Amino acid sequence: MERKPFAITLNSNSSLANHTGSWRTSKPVYLDRLPPCNHACPAGEDIQGWLYQAEEGKYKEAWEILMRDNPFPALHGRVCYHPCEDACNRGQLDEAVGIHAVERFLGDEAIREGWSVLCGPPTGKKVLVVGAGPSGLSAAYHLARFGHAATIYDAGPKAGGMMRFGIPKYRLPRDILDAEIARIESMGVPIRLNHKVEDLETAIREGGYDAAFLAIGAHLAKRTEIPGRDAGKILDAASFLKSMEDKTPPKVGRRVVVYGGGNTAIDAARSAKRLGAEEAVIVYRRDREHMPAHAFELDEAIEEGVVIHWLRTITRAEESKFTVEVMELDSTGRPKPTGRFEEIDADTVILALGQNVDTGFLRNVSGLVIADDGIIQVNESMMTGCPGVFAGGDMVPSERTVTVATGHGKKAARHIDAYLRGARYEKPPAHPIATFDMLNTWYYTDADRSRQVYLEAIRRRSNFDEVVGGLEPNTALFEARRCLSCGNCFECDTCYGVCPDNAVIKLGPGKRFVFNYDYCKGCGICVQECPCGAIEMVKETK
Amino acid sequence: MTERTRIKFYQTGTFTVGNRLLGEEDRTVQSRIERTNSLNSGHRACQGCGEALGARYAVDAAMRAAGNRLIAVNATGCLEVFSTPYPESSWKLPWMHSLFGNAPAVATGVAAALRAKGRADVRVLAQGGDGGTVDIGFGCLSGMFERNDDVLYVCYDNEAYMNTGVQRSGSTPPSARTMTTPAVGDHPGNAFRNGKNVPRIAMAHGLSYVATASVADLRDLETKVTKAMGISGSRYIHIHVPCPLGWAHDPSLTIKVARLAVESGLFPLFEAEHGKITGRTLIRRKVPVDRYLELQGRFKHLFGEHPDRASLAAIQAIADQNIMEYRLMEEPVSGGGSVGT
Repeated sequence: MERKPFAITLNSNSSLANHTGSWRTSKPVYLDRLPPCNHACPAGEDIQGWLYQAEEGKYKEAWEILMRDNPFPALHGRVCYHPCEDACNRGQLDEAVGIHAVERFLGDEAIREGWSVLCGPPTGKKVLVVGAGPSGLSAAYHLARFGHAATIYDAGPKAGGMMRFGIPKYRLPRDILDAEIARIESMGVPIRLNHKVEDLETAIREGGYDAAFLAIGAHLAKRTEIPGRDAGKILDAASFLKSMEDKTPPKVGRRVVVYGGGNTAIDAARSAKRLGAEEAVIVYRRDREHMPAHAFELDEAIEEGVVIHWLRTITRAEESKFTVEVMELDSTGRPKPTGRFEEIDADTVILALGQNVDTGFLRNVSGLVIADDGIIQVNESMMTGCPGVFAGGDMVPSERTVTVATGHGKKAARHIDAYLRGARYEKPPAHPIATFDMLNTWYYTDADRSRQVYLEAIRRRSNFDEVVGGLEPNTALFEARRCLSCGNCFECDTCYGVCPDNAVIKLGPGKRFVFNYDYCKGCGICVQECPCGAIEMVKETK
Repeated sequence: MTERTRIKFYQTGTFTVGNRLLGEEDRTVQSRIERTNSLNSGHRACQGCGEALGARYAVDAAMRAAGNRLIAVNATGCLEVFSTPYPESSWKLPWMHSLFGNAPAVATGVAAALRAKGRADVRVLAQGGDGGTVDIGFGCLSGMFERNDDVLYVCYDNEAYMNTGVQRSGSTPPSARTMTTPAVGDHPGNAFRNGKNVPRIAMAHGLSYVATASVADLRDLETKVTKAMGISGSRYIHIHVPCPLGWAHDPSLTIKVARLAVESGLFPLFEAEHGKITGRTLIRRKVPVDRYLELQGRFKHLFGEHPDRASLAAIQAIADQNIMEYRLMEEPVSGGGSVGT
């Protein structure tokens, strides 16, 4: 027994004997929430996850996380319409993180450094992939990672689908596209070009395939009847953009009219301008607010001298003149004719009115459900009505973008993998979304977005050089560090610091923190102060 | 870390407690696994206690600066009561409890004893609340300052006698409701009087170092404590620590309330050496005083259906005067930080 001074009866003790956790009525709990960027990504990328690695300059680790979901970072960093950035919480603070710019930087680093991806152990299963566009390539890539032997057939002379025959070079340089496709080929995925699958059932049977993924895209241009004498030249945008890949580029007249308001119309007008058209005019029946094309692409087109005639439809075509009718929008945004007409001088018209699917090769397949416009119906597993035949990309009902198609490829590959194993793929439950109000934005340093360099408009008019430049390593790092890490702990030590009861235990780099509930009084300061909303209060039940 | 470093960091790091990407030399004491936790778990402070937080921030920083050779003297008050109910103690350093009014004198004695024993390696820190500092211990404090005894005195200002049941102190702000200044009558809450600005009084003693700090700005607080520990003679640091009980705000809002006091200009953060102001921490995002006051039940009577606009304007005038006097918004700076004059 401790020798005690006069009149002292109790041994001295540490307050650690006093478990103040018993005061608590609710307790803080760490959690991971779903960042809005990840939620918005059509390819299902873990954007916050790879930005976290990029913040530390660990570009290879970042790229590897990215590659779990998307085999084309350099490509998507250029052509994806980045819905992640529209969803980015930082957009409500100053400006969204330039996710696409960092993605492009990582993709370019990977090509420069020759980083590669490993395949899974071979399963002995064979999968036929029809179409070497983004969806087919993505599916084959993911199937290879599962260890399945995928073979791609494509009717065209080169792989890439709409990425090559639809997207102009000034948006996607072909060496980038070639490098990212070559990486998939190097994983042991053969691509049989100029091989049109004429009859699917025969192809599956003769090739001994265990499953098939259809991703032939939508290439048949929609037409519209324009009355009048045969005008100088009527082209469709899909064929026009495709012919850009020919050895000799197509000839256009001096005054080109593009009819339509989608991204394809913009691509066609900008390409026509580069081919030497003095005037490239877009005629669209609605106004800017109702245009399906993306605003930034429209702005770039206008910079390059493309002129837009809003609220006009072409009603008549003459030799070198087009009659257009002025439209007005009703309260629901639908265009209505006004009976007022104008004339436009033009010698070429390019129709950019959308595309249909060429489903001829599917005639004999039993169980397939094909809509009038050629769209194939698939269930939530991306499987068509025919067991073992899956489909994705532009030929199934969806938004038609490279990223959606790439996402379809991944999703289908997961379901095909499960199908081949005689199982069902169950998507793990998603975390709740980290919304802006869950963040404590006080803690984020003010930092404006990094700017990518743009090719001067005057230098864009006569060539197909890439318009948008990439980020330098230091600006890519800066941009990655602008990420707020919404809903996911990034080890800022704030909870550890602000607890008045030392009830947060720091576990060290990469290991995050745990609560010491023996002493946590449940004040909730950590929840209030956590910058990224990665802690929540939970009522005590006992 | 004797000068506050502006972290050139683009995610966080300037304002958070730490960051995994920071270099060793840029880390705060509180972000370290090996921090001393001088005020240990198990203390009996209320949920969300600002004073417990401020005391750990300050004493941990002083311990680090003194190579863990530090003796603390503590005036009676909340901090003493909640940390050392006999026979338990939360303190992980030699710690003495003085009377309510004589902590500075006891600290003087400890410093003298160390001098007599030739222990120049051991430093002395005295601490108390605003009751023990601004009111009851004020005579002893002034004496210690005048003799320039080698003590760092830290006052944790929660603006009333909280331990005994929220009675008004010399540091209670105008309009605040306390038990002794109830929110009744024509002029509810504490009256608008002259106030008693102890940091300015400390400066008038010509002290080598005087600073104000807040639990809302850890980096600033640690820099000031560290700087003070590098100087000998009497030094004084006055830390603003919200009290969820006495101020009647939600315990989770302790740091937010402290931050709004700084950002509104009601609690200016500055440093002074030898009687002259030598640095101030700029306001990062200025807010009207209402934003600070409306979170606190002690100011509830100023709001509601018939807001007391005259009192709110008078409090705003105090904030505006601080901003002008301490030049809290002079340069257009976006990152916050300390600026020398």
